[in-house]
Amino acid sequence: MIDFMMPAATLSLPDLLGLMLHFMMLSLLAVGGAITTAPDMQRYVVLQNHWITDAQFSASIAIAQAAPGPNVLFVAAIGWNVAGLWGAFATLFGSLLPSTLLTLWVTRWREQRRETRAVRAFTQGLAPVTLGLLAATGWVLAEPFVRQPAQRLGALALVAATVVAMNTSKISPMWLLALGALVGALGGL
Amino acid sequence: MGEDSVLESRNGRLAGPASAKQLFWACNGLALQGFGGVLAVAQSELVERRQWLTGEQFLELLSLSQILPGPNIVNLGLMLGDRYFGWRGAFAALAGLLCLPLLIVLGLAALYSQFADVAAVAGALRGMGAVAAGLVLATALKLSSALKANVLGLYGCIATAACSFIAIAILRWPLIVLLAPLGVGAVALAWFRIARND
Repeated sequence: MIDFMMPAATLSLPDLLGLMLHFMMLSLLAVGGAITTAPDMQRYVVLQNHWITDAQFSASIAIAQAAPGPNVLFVAAIGWNVAGLWGAFATLFGSLLPSTLLTLWVTRWREQRRETRAVRAFTQGLAPVTLGLLAATGWVLAEPFVRQPAQRLGALALVAATVVAMNTSKISPMWLLALGALVGALGGL
Repeated sequence: MGEDSVLESRNGRLAGPASAKQLFWACNGLALQGFGGVLAVAQSELVERRQWLTGEQFLELLSLSQILPGPNIVNLGLMLGDRYFGWRGAFAALAGLLCLPLLIVLGLAALYSQFADVAAVAGALRGMGAVAAGLVLATALKLSSALKANVLGLYGCIATAACSFIAIAILRWPLIVLLAPLGVGAVALAWFRIARND
């Protein structure tokens, strides 16, 4: 517990800057979300610099997924474990700044040309690709549970109930998550 | 940029957020509801409840977020905010999405190891994980109606979506390996179809 309450907040300023610059570089490579660059983050903070352990790295990702909010916050949990608040700032700021500036630039460029054939072809062509990716994300999230025989039935039931409820009622996703938490806490999967 | 959206709302199609402040609180609310990913909540809040975007517009912004580097939901919020209120809107959306969840994540990081071994906690996390997977699948199903007017046609859309699903979910290709041939191919096909239809 001490590890988490009091992270090694003793990174020198050059190390802190190095951490931020590394996450800035990864930011521009993170097509599909920051999680796609997690292997390289692990290589940098665990294998190369030995700032945190493998277990701390995995826990950082699990924590962010258990918490509400964008999954990208796992980088803040990594930064926190490396060097406390300053570490969290370095990794989160580094992860967001470059991709944010690029996104704003692209969206402004595109708004000015929304009726051009190229932009229309681009959005129409990519729409089904995106939909397939979304379904794939759902599958990838469900798969670890479905692979475990002990969890398979409970997980499939929760997934199916969620899909049906979301498409046939106006129930807020929050209630479904609460139901999932309850079923899980009672040993349903 | 702002003019377009003002025109759109005057034409009675969609009213966007009234102010950057409202956008901030909306983003804050949907981020706090988004356990295991915010996308499903974003779709139900922005499209169904608040009706700031049509399903088609949501899918359009999501497509763009998807191919740009950075977190999809953050990129989507930035684009939505920027469309209505420029830099201020983009910042409001970003702050709304991240501020409170960040505090929660850091708080949990500090608490985590105390509770990681409790069976009920681990079980609750699994249950929420399964529901989170269902939410994403449900969102994909709901947004599929936004493809009705797509120039690729019904079968073109189904084939394209199936290819991207198989490549990512089953074959586990890196996104970039999929986007290069399939994305470029689908965009090229749409390009020719639009010319033919016009």
